[in-house]
Amino acid sequence: MIEILIHGRGGQGSVKASLALASAASKAGKYVQSFPEFGVERRGAPVKAFNRISDEPIVVRSKIYNPDHVVVLDPTLLHAIDITEGLKEGGWIIINTEKSPDSFTEYTKKFKVATVNATRIAVENHLGSKAAPIVNTAILGAIIRVLKVAGKKDLEEGIKEFVPVKAEANIKAAYEAFDQVKFSKEA
Amino acid sequence: MKKVILGDHAVSYGALLSRVQTIAAYPITPQTLIVERLSEMTANGELDAIFTKVESEHSAMASTVGSSAAGARAFTATSAQGLALMHEMLHWAAGARLPIVMANVNRAMAPGWTIWTDQNDSLSARDVGWMQVYCQNNQEVLDSIILGYKVSEQVDLPTMVILDAFVLSHTAEGVDIPDIKKVDEFLPPYKPEIKMDINDPRSFGALTSPDVYMEFRYKMQQAMDKAKKVIVEEGKKFGEMFGREYGLIEEYKTEDADTILIASATVASTARAVIDELREKGEKVGLVRIRVFRPFPTEEIIKVLEGRKKVVVIDRNISFGKTGIFFDEVKGAFYNSKGNKPPMFGYIAGLGGRDVTPKVIREIVEDALNKDKPESEIIWKGVKL
Amino acid sequence: MKHSDKDVKIKGASDMPEMPASLGSMAHNKTASWRNLKPVIDESKCIKCFICWKFCPDAAIDFIDENTSPKINYDYCKGCGICAHECPVKCIDMVEEER
Ligand code: SF4
Ligand code: SF4
Repeated sequence: MIEILIHGRGGQGSVKASLALASAASKAGKYVQSFPEFGVERRGAPVKAFNRISDEPIVVRSKIYNPDHVVVLDPTLLHAIDITEGLKEGGWIIINTEKSPDSFTEYTKKFKVATVNATRIAVENHLGSKAAPIVNTAILGAIIRVLKVAGKKDLEEGIKEFVPVKAEANIKAAYEAFDQVKFSKEA
Repeated sequence: MKKVILGDHAVSYGALLSRVQTIAAYPITPQTLIVERLSEMTANGELDAIFTKVESEHSAMASTVGSSAAGARAFTATSAQGLALMHEMLHWAAGARLPIVMANVNRAMAPGWTIWTDQNDSLSARDVGWMQVYCQNNQEVLDSIILGYKVSEQVDLPTMVILDAFVLSHTAEGVDIPDIKKVDEFLPPYKPEIKMDINDPRSFGALTSPDVYMEFRYKMQQAMDKAKKVIVEEGKKFGEMFGREYGLIEEYKTEDADTILIASATVASTARAVIDELREKGEKVGLVRIRVFRPFPTEEIIKVLEGRKKVVVIDRNISFGKTGIFFDEVKGAFYNSKGNKPPMFGYIAGLGGRDVTPKVIREIVEDALNKDKPESEIIWKGVKL
Repeated sequence: MKHSDKDVKIKGASDMPEMPASLGSMAHNKTASWRNLKPVIDESKCIKCFICWKFCPDAAIDFIDENTSPKINYDYCKGCGICAHECPVKCIDMVEEER
């Protein structure tokens, strides 16, 4: 079983991304769980969404405190919170940023880093506005490429199910991110 | 068809597949998504039902009682303060012997204001004459709505299907959504023997003198006794048709266990992982999940507990001035049984949505394993002093 | 369980319905035994306004036709006196029951 934590900001669609990821992994034959931080979400404030993905039925139903991997939807979060809190050593950090993975030397000693410029991909595909691009589907392409929890077709269906508006553009963005994601040298 | 859905939507699908005819509801977090989806389903024609928006939960149940008495398959859902406001009408539904099914999302009671899970809302409605089913995953939630109608319509008592706030209500997982034609086969349309009918006029719930009132209560208890059999029978039939069997209790690795852990709802689900862990360390522990709390599975519990060395109960609830409620009931059930009585440890954990992690459960079991007998009737787990 | 048109006598739980509903139509439940005072209409003074018929809380006053004074059904009249109170010409007398 792997446990994934998605860091985002309220309104960026972290929960939708988590749901679409769960749906994709389920289509790929996995057992899945997807849940938000329980309670109230404020626009702009840091929020978390969680995924469990497993080959066996999942019985554990507590929150995730020690994720295997983390995803960062918003690069400004890197300075706002400790995104590595509880992260297991050797786990992936998948970041939406224009920077290269190897520039994150503060992470690459203990973790593996993958980066993708999901913001640019979202803007190019007219997802959201320039000021507030919607990056949640683009990042999904990077996630399934790095973590190999679902195939591209599975993801396509997951996006159609949970992000039905502009599904085509969202799928295209996910595919672009799938191709463009960069991995740190250590990995 | 397998679909990744929230626990709340598993309830909505359960109601859809049961072809409920009336839904009267008032929204309350974390139940809102249930009725939102049902109102969409009725609006777009997926579900042929009358959806009534009411001004309170008391009215929601009053309306549901009315439509059920008129012969409709009636549904509603609520949570916490909403269930409390409904309380008078819960008695009406059970006393009038109406096979209503209601989902209650287990949310702790205010004040202090809260939206997170514990069981004090539904357990405060313990004695109203409703059956209570505590679910451990979204699949069981969906299945239990269908099973609820199947059982209720045979014993003329309402069923409360209970799911943990957020831990199930707002958590998505893969759920097999059965084919409605197959569900039709399992659950035929509701045809009550007595209903409100202008061609067969009667008086309902009228003044009942001491001459006959007690007999009606006797019959409710008989119906609860009958329900124990019907729940098991229908749970088996459901298993044959859909591949998922349900009973009153569920045992996990109990066969050779010296110590039995008793839990309910999602805590029992998480506890399985702990049982596996402790087994690997050589501890002979097993788990009993109490799925149906009313009618209470007294005989089943006696049978699995007899001859064990220790019993550990985790309660996500408390009866103030007494103990955890499941602990109290298990102890009570056991008192008149033969044979030696193992020491019973009652832990309170997870109130108001405090997370019950594998670590919390493991520490509870290990605490009990390290002691000969409990130091007190209530052992608080994780309370900050 | 179709309702009975006769008086129903109940032994106990075994012949009771599950739900607390009457086994017969309430027409068989003659409630007049509750009555202590009995309303009597003086038809010679009655102006056939049918106010009594509208006000009777037990629908125990029968409407015959517009030219006939209403008739009190003494099987169900409980003797509450509302009809006598409401009658605009005070032609309903409440008289002591002889028992
Ligand atoms: S109210 Fe009086 S006057 Fe009017 S119909 Fe009745 S008895 Fe006659
Ligand atoms: S006394 Fe009361 S019950 Fe009898 S006829 Fe008059 S209004 Fe009706």
